[in-house]
Amino acid sequence: MALKNSSKPKKIGVVGVGSFGAAIANMLAEKNEVMVYARKEEIVEEINSVHTASGREINPSIQATFDPEELCRSCNILFFMVPSAAFVDVVRRFAPHLYPFHLIIHGTKGLALNLGPGESLETVQKLRRSQILTMSEVILQETVSVRVGCLAGPNISKELSLGQPAATVIASKYNEVILEGQRLLRSEKFQVYGNSDIIGVELSGVLKNIIAIAAGAIAGLGLGENAKGLLISRGMVEMVHLSKALGGSVQSVIGLAGVGDLVTTCNSVDSRNFTVGFRLAKGETLDQILSTMDEVAEGVNTVRIIDAFIKTAGIRAPITENLHRVLFEDLPIAEALHFLMKYPFSVDVDFV
Amino acid sequence: MDENYIKHRYDPIIPSKEEWPVVKLARERKEFVKKVADLAESRILGLTGKNPEILKEELETTLYREKLRIKQNPWAVDPDDESVFWNEVRSSLLQINTDSSLDKAKRFQAYQGVLHRITSRYSEEIASNFKASHYKFTRSVVTYGFSRLLNAARVKGFKSIFSNQYTLQDKIQITGQTDQIRDLATKGTIVMVPTHFSNLDSILIGWIISVLGMPPFIYGAGLNLFNISIFAYFMNALGAYKVDRRKKNLMYLETLKTYSKEAIQFGCHSLFFPGGTRSRSGMIESKLKLGLLSTAIEAQRANYQNGLNDISGKVFIVPVTINYHFVLEAPGLIQEHLSQTGQERYYKESDEFSTSYKISKFLVKFFTKGSDISVSIGKAMDVLGNYVDQDGNSLDKRGRKIDTRDYFVSDGKITIDQQREEEYTNMLGKRIVEEFHKINRVFSSHLVAFVAFELIKAKTNKLDLFDLIRLPEEDIFIPYEEFKSVCQMVLDRVFELKAQGKIDTAPHLKRTMDEIIAHGMDNVGMYHAKRPLIRDKDGNIVTEDMSLLYFYHNRLHGYGLEKLF
Repeated sequence: MALKNSSKPKKIGVVGVGSFGAAIANMLAEKNEVMVYARKEEIVEEINSVHTASGREINPSIQATFDPEELCRSCNILFFMVPSAAFVDVVRRFAPHLYPFHLIIHGTKGLALNLGPGESLETVQKLRRSQILTMSEVILQETVSVRVGCLAGPNISKELSLGQPAATVIASKYNEVILEGQRLLRSEKFQVYGNSDIIGVELSGVLKNIIAIAAGAIAGLGLGENAKGLLISRGMVEMVHLSKALGGSVQSVIGLAGVGDLVTTCNSVDSRNFTVGFRLAKGETLDQILSTMDEVAEGVNTVRIIDAFIKTAGIRAPITENLHRVLFEDLPIAEALHFLMKYPFSVDVDFV
Repeated sequence: MDENYIKHRYDPIIPSKEEWPVVKLARERKEFVKKVADLAESRILGLTGKNPEILKEELETTLYREKLRIKQNPWAVDPDDESVFWNEVRSSLLQINTDSSLDKAKRFQAYQGVLHRITSRYSEEIASNFKASHYKFTRSVVTYGFSRLLNAARVKGFKSIFSNQYTLQDKIQITGQTDQIRDLATKGTIVMVPTHFSNLDSILIGWIISVLGMPPFIYGAGLNLFNISIFAYFMNALGAYKVDRRKKNLMYLETLKTYSKEAIQFGCHSLFFPGGTRSRSGMIESKLKLGLLSTAIEAQRANYQNGLNDISGKVFIVPVTINYHFVLEAPGLIQEHLSQTGQERYYKESDEFSTSYKISKFLVKFFTKGSDISVSIGKAMDVLGNYVDQDGNSLDKRGRKIDTRDYFVSDGKITIDQQREEEYTNMLGKRIVEEFHKINRVFSSHLVAFVAFELIKAKTNKLDLFDLIRLPEEDIFIPYEEFKSVCQMVLDRVFELKAQGKIDTAPHLKRTMDEIIAHGMDNVGMYHAKRPLIRDKDGNIVTEDMSLLYFYHNRLHGYGLEKLF
């Protein structure tokens, strides 16, 4: 294995060619040989023949494969860029081909559940920390790779593809992973920060989706910029408390992957989470909204998981709790807002 | 798991003493000490970035601390020339600092010379003085002495002192993966990591290793034990190297780690108590001291760097738990634990605490009344905490063979990355704690102590631990029937956990609940002046010492059993 390993230079692997995966693959391809994995054969065909993926431009130097083994054999470093709903499945499909020498960086913002056979969120009702997995914890649990990192920050794919200036955070317990990520991605238009608190960075990316739904609701109710400022600041405080309870540090939430991403998402009218909130405020029900969306807005799932977690953690998270009541218990959104305005937030900042 | 206790003595895996790694090491002691000194020196130079100013600062710090130690905390074991040596270091440093004719490179060289003298001295001081003849003698003294005592006590009559009816192995049961550890010890290098509750542990483990037919393991023993010359003799005989906990300076610690790492690479099986010291609370260690553990990972990486990719260069981590009904030092340990965690909230009511038990008295009681000890040998793991098969191959969670070398590879090559290895050490520490919990054997005494304490806690639910411990013992009693039904409930849960492979149990837990309770009550902390649990004249369960009850209860901490209350 060692011999095979050193025989020829390795490519950089990207798993998943959705909008974010394609954008990252193209950025990586500026300096390196890149191989991408797509599950569907026709997408692989499309990339290899006309260099597009579902119509998105793909750098012509990029090769595609639908064979996880080939990707793992050709690459030492893999970027997992798949939607969170498919994440566990994809990681399991790759697990038999991954070895301890692989470095994995993922860019997926979501949480997975770690429940026993026959259990679901409906049957357990409450969640302990050990029953919730961040995406890096999924990788550690399912594979033998340990050198794992994540990529998070305000990175709207469309803007990245246009080459507009942006930055991201690579978080890992291993300096080696951060340095590799920086070496591969850094460019004149793209800055890459490092952070050793991977859990905190992953949580920042996940929790901000809750606040994004609320931001959409505020816009849908036509409440103006003061209200949005209020929400972003209170949202950040709530993220800090939740992140601490789940094992992240305060610092990561007030960094690029936390506040940075929060501000961007709360202003991005195209985001799915924002849309859910916006349409709720216009009077649609969750079922109506979801039936017209092709992918689930991650924030909806996150609200459910976090609401089940705070029941065991003994903390209050008023925005999440009220969103949960609006989404799943038919509380009118105006009443939730009323409740939040009366909530005794007497202290401005209580975590530093 | 196999319920049969191992009662026969195994054949030695390496019959010829000359072939024992520890004997080979003793033969090459001089070269080895020099090698450790040189390697430690270059490690420290690496850490100081070869910057003369930083090196100078480190030298001065070390000098200052050592002079302070000599003045404030001298021990009998300290060599006579210590003051002389450090005075020389001081004058050398002074000379280098004031000599303006030295350029930067020369100055650095001069500091390096001083550093070399220090690491050489430390290395010599740490190195063990193993002598195989002493080892043999010590082993037979321990075995012979123990079994004479045992037979004298058990078989009636004066002549029975020479009877061989009972052996030590009737008292001390060895269970678990004994064949695997013996087998792997012939192929690779073992690092054994036991739990640590009592001062008897090191003697006990030494004896176990010899019963299993393995050559002696080396281990770091506190230098304080060498203060007493008879102990020093025994320790040297067992292959102990010396760890001086007073010396916390960088140079000493790096030399110590280098010694441990090089000894593992040399092929010496090693023993670390990863908790560092005895568990004060009676809980299974949950936070490990990772310093020496990191040397196992470093040694493994270094073996791969040197091209030793087969099993001969592989390091195996073997967790071991030692299970007692009775820990001699429990009163002192729990007191220390409570005063550390409670600080001003904890105070002793009176000072006539029951620590007056002498070790000799304990030994006599131990053999006359009997208090079983079991030692569980866990599954061997690689340095990343993956289980290994009978050929020493690492297996992932799905049973696929993986190569431990891959963990140290970046871009196809083995690389040295200290930060990475620190993370690996953390991971290994967590895995060892997990394994401790899995192979821990529940005794009847653990069960009754746990149930009694939790019941008392549940009845006084407003009180926190320190108030609870101050409750007047006379006021506490638990009706037997209630106690019995709760014991059954907890035991059922323990068996559920056992079915999931999360804990192990002693065979005596298969008896009826009345028998288990009687056995547990008889055994829990049986030789303490104040017993943690007894039955009063009405048959109720009462305690004479809440702190001790807490100590023995803690053995079942960490399994979520508290939630049953």
